[in-house]
Amino acid sequence: MSGTPRLKLVDITKTYPGVVANNDVSMKIMPGEIHALLGENGAGKSTLVKFIYGLQKADRGTMWWEGNQITVANPNAARRLGIGMVFQHFSLFDAMTVEENIALGISSELAKGDLARRIREVSAQYGLPLDPGRYVNTLSVGERQRIEVVRCLLQDPRLLIMDEPTSVLTPQEVDELFKTLRRLSEEGVSILYISHKLEEIRALCHTATIMRMGEVVAHCTPANETARSMAEMMMGDGLVSPKRGNRAVAGEIKLELRNLSMASSHKHGTDLGGIDLQVRAGEIVGIAGISGNGQRELMEVLSGEVLVSDAEAIRIDDKPVGRLGPIDRRVIGTGLVPEERLGHGAVPEMTLWENCLLSATTRMQMVRNGLIQVGVAIKYAEDVVARFRVKTPGVTHTASSLSGGNLQKFIIGREIMQDPGVIIALQPTWGVDAGSAASIRQELIDLAAGGTAVLVVSQDLEELLEISDRIAVICEGRLSSANPSATMTVEQIGLLMAGVSKEEAAIVH
Amino acid sequence: MFIRIEQRPESSKWMVYISPLIAVVLTIVTAMVMFEIMGVDPVRAIVTFFIEPISSRNGVAELCVKATPLVIIGVGLSFGFRANVWNIGAEGQLTIGALAGGGLALAFYNDEFALLLPLMLIAGVAGGMVWSAIPALLKTRFNTNEILTSLMLTYVALLVLSYLIHGPWKDPDGQNFPESRLFNEGAVLPVLIDETRLNVGWLLALFCVAAGWVFMARHIVGFQIKVIGIAPMAARFAGYNEKRLVWLTLLISGGCAGLAGMIELSGAIGQIVPVISPGYGFTAIIVAFLGRLHPFGVLLAGLLMALTYLGGDSAQITMNLPNAATGVFQGMLLFFLLASDVLIRYRLRLGAPAS
Amino acid sequence: MDWLVPALLTVITAATPLVFAAVGETVVEKAGVLNLGVEGMMIIGAIAAFATAVSTGSSLLAVTAGGAAGLALACIFGVLTIYLQSNQVATGLALTIFGLGLSALIGHAYVGKTFPGLPKLDIPGLTTIPIIGPIFFGQDGLVYLSVVSVALVAWFLSRTRGGLLVRAVGENHDAAHSIGYSVMLIRLAAVLFGGAMAGVGGAYLSLAYTPLWVENMAAGRGWIALALVVFASWKPWRGFFGAYLFGGITIIQLYAQGMGVELSAQFLSMLPYLATIIVLVIISRDEARAQLNAPGCLGKNFHVSG
Repeated sequence: MSGTPRLKLVDITKTYPGVVANNDVSMKIMPGEIHALLGENGAGKSTLVKFIYGLQKADRGTMWWEGNQITVANPNAARRLGIGMVFQHFSLFDAMTVEENIALGISSELAKGDLARRIREVSAQYGLPLDPGRYVNTLSVGERQRIEVVRCLLQDPRLLIMDEPTSVLTPQEVDELFKTLRRLSEEGVSILYISHKLEEIRALCHTATIMRMGEVVAHCTPANETARSMAEMMMGDGLVSPKRGNRAVAGEIKLELRNLSMASSHKHGTDLGGIDLQVRAGEIVGIAGISGNGQRELMEVLSGEVLVSDAEAIRIDDKPVGRLGPIDRRVIGTGLVPEERLGHGAVPEMTLWENCLLSATTRMQMVRNGLIQVGVAIKYAEDVVARFRVKTPGVTHTASSLSGGNLQKFIIGREIMQDPGVIIALQPTWGVDAGSAASIRQELIDLAAGGTAVLVVSQDLEELLEISDRIAVICEGRLSSANPSATMTVEQIGLLMAGVSKEEAAIVH
Repeated sequence: MFIRIEQRPESSKWMVYISPLIAVVLTIVTAMVMFEIMGVDPVRAIVTFFIEPISSRNGVAELCVKATPLVIIGVGLSFGFRANVWNIGAEGQLTIGALAGGGLALAFYNDEFALLLPLMLIAGVAGGMVWSAIPALLKTRFNTNEILTSLMLTYVALLVLSYLIHGPWKDPDGQNFPESRLFNEGAVLPVLIDETRLNVGWLLALFCVAAGWVFMARHIVGFQIKVIGIAPMAARFAGYNEKRLVWLTLLISGGCAGLAGMIELSGAIGQIVPVISPGYGFTAIIVAFLGRLHPFGVLLAGLLMALTYLGGDSAQITMNLPNAATGVFQGMLLFFLLASDVLIRYRLRLGAPAS
Repeated sequence: MDWLVPALLTVITAATPLVFAAVGETVVEKAGVLNLGVEGMMIIGAIAAFATAVSTGSSLLAVTAGGAAGLALACIFGVLTIYLQSNQVATGLALTIFGLGLSALIGHAYVGKTFPGLPKLDIPGLTTIPIIGPIFFGQDGLVYLSVVSVALVAWFLSRTRGGLLVRAVGENHDAAHSIGYSVMLIRLAAVLFGGAMAGVGGAYLSLAYTPLWVENMAAGRGWIALALVVFASWKPWRGFFGAYLFGGITIIQLYAQGMGVELSAQFLSMLPYLATIIVLVIISRDEARAQLNAPGCLGKNFHVSG
């Protein structure tokens, strides 16, 4: 491809207090090119994209659009140029209709007239079925993403930015999305595709720019690379695969769910229906599934934040615990790692030692006669920091001062050091840098090897395949049976994630 | 915008203490400008407001008398505010507490006994608690917003007071004034310094500060209150019982308000009158914030706020300024405090962002 | 039936200030901001309007002054909460305390002054029709304005792009920001509008409801208006009917004694406050339903992160 690039960035630099988010970043995208922007969390991809879309000013550097130097003042200006963006965390309004959501994301001139008709047209044209009158909160995650895509397409974009678009899709939905993207590319639309999933990029993208710690480390052609070679460019030399070692033979049942059903306590949540599962001492069981299929609700009942009416529905060490709250479950040796680090697993404004009080108070005897034993809590926090190599100047610093990966190591360490018989983790490596993620996975493997029953709920299929002994899939609040991960293929899991039953999945293959 | 705010990586510990001082200074400066505009000598006004009232022994004693209810209520409210439980009906709880204690004093008008005062104090606390238990019940049982219910109950409490002193509790020998009888000696809190009104209530206020500090800083329930206020999800993760904490914080703040009402009635007034409190229950909200929701801070803030009451009185007498100036001061102080609190989590940067 | 028309007229007078304040606050809350300072903005509107009316004699100027005063107070609130990220609950309380103090300070000079009240519409032929005439054709301008403003706000919120934007920033401010809307400006506009409406509501109190100045004369109406917004599930017309319902309760208070009910005046005066509590309990009892209509970002501050 030659000629005038659609978009060219020259020496973009952006500094936040204490961090250089982008350092002299340069790249160009040709018309019709699908260009991958590849990098770990925190590599500076989001900052760069926010700059292109006018959400953020750069400190230095220039942007060229079809040969002319321009500045994009705000997203409206970006859209006028023909830049559309599909956000990772959708910019949608739950309590509004599809049509209202689309009207908000396009210029007021475009929103005039019979918008609903045009939505139907575009969605039919590109195979993205959408009902303009539906309320967003009744739609699945995949359908929500379609709203964003259609919103962009209505404006005849010449550059489409997609931020981690597949993290919320089933493998089959990913295929559908890729078809749409290839078609747009053939029509001359440039696509900037942000991801850290290497196989996807190899399958879809013509060219790639790889970023690490705010800098461009390489431009390459994904088809000529292997996943391994791109991973090395992306992560430098920090790439270590977890070692499984010799796994202990699974022991007695530690955690058991028997026909667990529960209505969701959330607005537009997912109800859990008839979940059965056993987790034995010494094994890691993974639960795969697309976000919003009941993972949050499952975690709530497993942690005791929400009590189930039938105490027998959840058993730990063969004792019914369904009616026990989080404190009582911890007393009998349950470790819990929620998805949100800041605000759920830890109090951002509180110090690390105070954060230890959240879950370790009783088991680690941090309170006597109602009074906090500050010395005990500080000692415990220091032990966690030392053993799990948490980077922090000291345990009197707040949780919010830690990086995502370090805080996650601290939270998981806080649970592991209590020597739990059962540990339940939701998205343990979500948004964590690769180095920390690898060490967290290793810790979970080691923990299981030591005889703990480990349950990991994650959207990251690669992660689950890597560490789990058995995998079950959750879809619309129902859980498939857990099968040895060695016997399961990505396609099978994908179909289960999409709600196709196991029998049907078997027929497909 | 030439001033930008920029998030600090970690909250500034210094600013937590400096911002109330900035607020006080800004309030005084603004007040001086206001006085200048109103044609009043600003320096004289400030002296009248803030220095004159405490330039005598009696003045200092009065300061403590006025600060007593503010500090007690402020300590109580700070627990609730930390837990995001917004009891703004302390004025009503104060009134009911005063009526409970005062009612006891009237009931035993003719028979004195040693236990009467302690009983009145307990009745005061209980009265305040009963009044704050209503919003607690409605919030935990029916999920009803405590801000509105506690405030509505304040109006109800004031009407109860009005009913009682216009009706059943009116002094039979009082020429039909809406006032109760004067309490007997045995129902009046002992005075600490002769010829002043400084009474045992002040010691109770200091006790509340000390007890409040231990509870907040060292007790696990105090910790739970802090967690639920900053990060409610983390409190659920930890397994803290939210409803119990709502009940607890409302009962504590209501009990403190009731105690304050009873002390004010028995220590400072000595009979039930149509206006028991000049808005202590509302001012205590400011006291709690100005004191950083910290018991020792509340003590200092309570003294400062008490000074604005005295200053308002003295400005009315010597300079003929309307008493309402006190309320303006108090509101302004809270505004400036809230504004300067931005400096705790953010830093101000001059100049437009680099482009 | 002699009591019917005066009773209905009383309902209208009692309801009108609540309509203004509640419909203004509805817009504010739809934009995701919880301004608890309605009481303060009302009372400052009341004194500003009354002072202007007494000094100029002009009703129009008086109402404008009331609205402007409410707007000015709302401006403080807006800058503090939207630009300086202060806690909305605390700032709203501060606004009320400040408003009460400032109004008392200004009102000091106006105690005992009188004002003839707002002129009433008088259409020969129409106003004299029995019952309907005085109720529909014999009101002062603000009553009609209150009805019109409800209709306009209802139309604005549901039918215009501006209304869509207000709802969008209230529903999800992060999404609205990333699409490219100025969350802060939209919110500030909503807050200012709410302040002006509360100010006009206050003006009605001191110009028409009781045309004189009494310290603290809003007597909790600002808070009742806040309760009405919740009661109405953030819908303008439901807020309007809610306000009339409360107006109805007020007249029970006035007419009960005349009708021979043996109850102290104080207990009757408690009725609106008790009714507010009861209504709130009924509305919020079902948590899921109460949450359903609440704007998603109500009470949450917005700051551009990163």
